[in-house]
Amino acid sequence: MKSAVVQLPGLNRDRDMIAALTKISGKAPVTVWQTETQIPDVDLIVIPGGFSYGDYLRCGAIAARMPVMQAIRAKAEQGVRVLGVCNGFQILLEAGLLPGALMRNASLKFVCREVKLEVANADTPFTRAYSKGAIIRSPVAHHDGNYFADAETLQTIEGNGQVVFRYAEGTNPNGSINDIAGVMNAKGTVLGMMPHPENLIEAAHGGSDGRGIFASALEVIAA
Amino acid sequence: MIKARVTVTLKNGVLDPQGKAIEGALGALGFDGIGQVRQGKVFDLVIETADKAKAEADLKAMCEKLLANTVIENYSISLA
Repeated sequence: MKSAVVQLPGLNRDRDMIAALTKISGKAPVTVWQTETQIPDVDLIVIPGGFSYGDYLRCGAIAARMPVMQAIRAKAEQGVRVLGVCNGFQILLEAGLLPGALMRNASLKFVCREVKLEVANADTPFTRAYSKGAIIRSPVAHHDGNYFADAETLQTIEGNGQVVFRYAEGTNPNGSINDIAGVMNAKGTVLGMMPHPENLIEAAHGGSDGRGIFASALEVIAA
Repeated sequence: MIKARVTVTLKNGVLDPQGKAIEGALGALGFDGIGQVRQGKVFDLVIETADKAKAEADLKAMCEKLLANTVIENYSISLA
């Protein structure tokens, strides 16, 4: 399956994401610049992490209003899979493609470390390589990863199984409500997550727990 | 020309870690009796029009589309 990586000024995890997608799918993703109004025919669109537009105004706020987001919105409506990691998650929230918001970490500190994630929903296009309740390792690196949603939204996403990943075993690094680390849209085609699975995909990374997300989304799971 | 000020504040019930840290720092400076500090943003805009109604409508749209994240923030608009 084919993938695309979105590039915006200030995003800096795009190379890691391109490397991960290339290694896992055997095909290099196409790159799409922020001013593009069309996205090539792909099965997965990834918005990587970084600090788009210097995090000015709010993290992801400016990026979410760039032309490429209209194209991503249109693709998402057609059912193309969209994955946003870290700043990519913030951008998807600001664009209204996912419910809730990300705020400054409760500790007010930038956190850069490894956490444990519980796969809260394994019945999604992004997590079918895992089993429900599985605990996986993942690096995090962010200043604004404190997920928030109002009570009504929270009830909806919890009820619909839209919470895909939770910080496990007391490793919540940012104060996220209900330990939420990743959420998807109601249709299950758009996933946003703060942790960086692309940085734990091979022996050189010290583990490959993050591989399953890309293997699932690109349908390259070994039988 | 119309001068406008947009104030964006966090909604009630939304945790404000920065406000909390400022509250703590004010306490450390010896300012007693501070019940709460909430941090917000102020935008001063100059709009090249004489049409007050249009400016107000435009400012509201700007707040909804960009200046505020209405999931967590409220906004208010005042014209000079």
